[in-house]
Amino acid sequence: MAPVVVTPASETLMNSQEKRLHKQAMQDRIFRGTTRFFAFFVLALLAGILISLLIGAWPAIQQFGLGFVVGTEWNPVTGQFGGWNSIRGTLLSSFIALLIGVPVSFGIAIFLTELSPVWLRRPLGIAIELLAGVPSIIYGMWGLFVFAPWFADNVQPWLTEHSAGLPIIGGLFDGPPMGIGMLTAGLILSVMVIPYISSVMRDVFEVVPPMLKESAYGLGGTTWEVVWRVVLPYTRSGVMGGVMLGLGRALGETMAITFVIGNAQQPIHSLFDPSTSISATLANEFTEATTALHTGSLIYLGLLLFFITFVVLTLSKLMLLRMQRAEGH
Amino acid sequence: MTAETTKAKLAVKNLNFYYGNFHALKNINLNIREGKVTAFIGPSGCGKSTLLRTFNRMYELYPKLRAEGEILLNGNNILDRGVDLNMLRAKVGMVFQKPTPFPMSIYDNIAFGVKLYESLSKSEMDDRVEWALSKAALWNEAKDKLRQSGLGLSGGQQQRLCIARAIAVKPEVLLLDEPTSALDPISTAHIEELVHELKRDYTIAIVTHNMQQAARVSDYTAYMYLGELVEVGETDTIFTTPTKKATEDYITGKFG
Amino acid sequence: MLSIYARRRFVNFISLSLSVLAMLFGLFWLAWILYTLFKNGFGSLNLVLFTQTTPAPGSAGGLSNAIIGSLSMSVVGTLVGTPIGILAGTYLAEFGDRGWLAPVTRFINDILLSAPSIVIGLFMYEVYVVHTGHFSGWAGALALAILVIPVVVRTTESMLRLVPHSMREAAYALGAPQWKMTLQVTLRAAKAGVVTGVILAVARIVGETAPLLFTSLNNQFYSNMNQPMANLPVVIFQFAMSPYEDWHNLAWAGSLLIGLFVLVMNVLARTLIKPQQQH
Repeated sequence: MAPVVVTPASETLMNSQEKRLHKQAMQDRIFRGTTRFFAFFVLALLAGILISLLIGAWPAIQQFGLGFVVGTEWNPVTGQFGGWNSIRGTLLSSFIALLIGVPVSFGIAIFLTELSPVWLRRPLGIAIELLAGVPSIIYGMWGLFVFAPWFADNVQPWLTEHSAGLPIIGGLFDGPPMGIGMLTAGLILSVMVIPYISSVMRDVFEVVPPMLKESAYGLGGTTWEVVWRVVLPYTRSGVMGGVMLGLGRALGETMAITFVIGNAQQPIHSLFDPSTSISATLANEFTEATTALHTGSLIYLGLLLFFITFVVLTLSKLMLLRMQRAEGH
Repeated sequence: MTAETTKAKLAVKNLNFYYGNFHALKNINLNIREGKVTAFIGPSGCGKSTLLRTFNRMYELYPKLRAEGEILLNGNNILDRGVDLNMLRAKVGMVFQKPTPFPMSIYDNIAFGVKLYESLSKSEMDDRVEWALSKAALWNEAKDKLRQSGLGLSGGQQQRLCIARAIAVKPEVLLLDEPTSALDPISTAHIEELVHELKRDYTIAIVTHNMQQAARVSDYTAYMYLGELVEVGETDTIFTTPTKKATEDYITGKFG
Repeated sequence: MLSIYARRRFVNFISLSLSVLAMLFGLFWLAWILYTLFKNGFGSLNLVLFTQTTPAPGSAGGLSNAIIGSLSMSVVGTLVGTPIGILAGTYLAEFGDRGWLAPVTRFINDILLSAPSIVIGLFMYEVYVVHTGHFSGWAGALALAILVIPVVVRTTESMLRLVPHSMREAAYALGAPQWKMTLQVTLRAAKAGVVTGVILAVARIVGETAPLLFTSLNNQFYSNMNQPMANLPVVIFQFAMSPYEDWHNLAWAGSLLIGLFVLVMNVLARTLIKPQQQH
């Protein structure tokens, strides 16, 4: 091995190179540190949201404890606050949204992956995705001024008439057809969650190995049988993840609901009754709340909403991860 | 043997390489001679690319990969912990299977690496870009579109751009990892001519799965199989009178 | 045998028909909403909208203060949220293979992406409005920034992951340090995708109402960022809920403006991403 001869010229070169390398290593550390800081910032954001909501809700938490969740009295005048009316509204409207939204999304996903001609897939997919792009305030305007009156004139009387006398169901569609109310809110929510659920379903359907589908078709299966017996079982956790994602979206939706749910802090007897939801209560009352207890109670509601959506979205994410893992190996 | 006529630029000693638990390179000993072209041949998965990637420690990018043993570059072990990887890679250039032009102009592609370690004036940089592109036999085709994106070139031109980019930083060793596997025959011929030209200034190690290519461009050839170095010697010898039966079988096409 | 087959075919026919109906059902709502938007908004679309401030009930006016407010808050929100999102997304893509921080952040970011925006409003109210004692455009802009961040983090990471690994190796092979490799090579290669993410984020925040209700609130006049600030969504909300016909018309016009903007942004985002996919 030839010894390395160090000449004076190359020595200064070495020195400047060393400085350069030192600088590079430093810049790399700074860069890495900066990006790391902001990744951490995203985490801190979540923690910050939780903590600030806890602090804001503290007066109400102290006053009402967990009983707040089931309390039905909401009276700013007497200072008595219970969140059940709002919580029920949030859960019920989201449930209605899923009841309608899930089968429709499933149908859309089947259409986009199995039935549609290839050239139509992209434009139709974009059209459905645009439903998610429409700002919720526009859903609200449309719901209040267009959908609700139409619904009251054309659908509600029909529902009342045809469900009358039926056990259980009869009671659901009882009462004056006012247009606004729980059912309308749930229906509009269902339209809003369709793009989220259907696009997840479409994505997971598309990763089903073609060989799997082909072997099912090869046995003489019909399209429906292949989808129902092969594609759906294969993608089950992904589909559930999509449904949960839709649920998370529905639970947190504010403006569309606020426009059409009726904003009534009262028990409901039928789905036609006006009601309220967590987000609608917040949107309506927050800036008008004067006492610390009222504001605190509203933030308490917000905290509960955040908690519920957090759990639902976590489940959604875990299911989608499971799907990804199953597909990766 | 002319083994001692030129000195070893890279000396590999007892090199072992692991992908997690998988023993990918087994006790490799070999010299890469200065100013010569050394070709690595062997069936896919034999470890020839892995070996090449230890010369600039590219494997460090991935977790669970590790190398043991020594690789001496000018007598200094590049596997030492204290070695600065960026500096090492500036000295040991690499060109990959597929062309990898950066999403910037042809000029900036060349200047990118140069700027990392040298502070050149505008005119010096212009000269360097022209020099590198000329060396890579791309100057005539590219001189009128230096400001255009490197992505607009054809595949063969892109690969020559990548070679120009690698030599612009004036490395001591040039590693070519199957540089023509994604190219058409004419572009391949261009690159092979280029390798001939470049060995005057650089020590070159080339991995290829094309035996004719190895025979055409290299001075030394190493045959690898299942992570072991089966035989290494002058290319003429290896292709005409290999000492090992396994090498002969591979070269005559009885295997693989 | 035949009867079984006939039944299977029947079931298949019914279910596939339902699938087509579901598709039509989805398209039907989109068409209805867009039709309503244009029908009701177009008539009120005129120059006065852009030159006059929001009126008192019964008098004439426009939406200029709300338009300016929405623009200012969206611009500030985007300017604050985008770099944070890009840097965090870069960490996830480039340094995210080792350690606990990246997977946890990725998880939390996906949850923030779908978290109720009204809660973000509450958060900003707590940390900003409560402490400064007044509603302000800054608070609104920051709330919007929090909505921008997860969108940009997500797209930045996925776009960086699409950059082939050979590109990184090629940069390292020249001896490039990581920061240069990332800023000058991979982020540049992912540029179109990252910009698309930002556009989608902008499209999302211009229509957001809930986070502004408790932060910027509203203002009948022009204002600076340190005061309560008018913005299209909140104006639409208040005007639509009012009993006045004039206000309803302005609300429709405002909705159409937002709707058009969101539409244009979506089209822009898709045309940007298309050539990249082909490449």
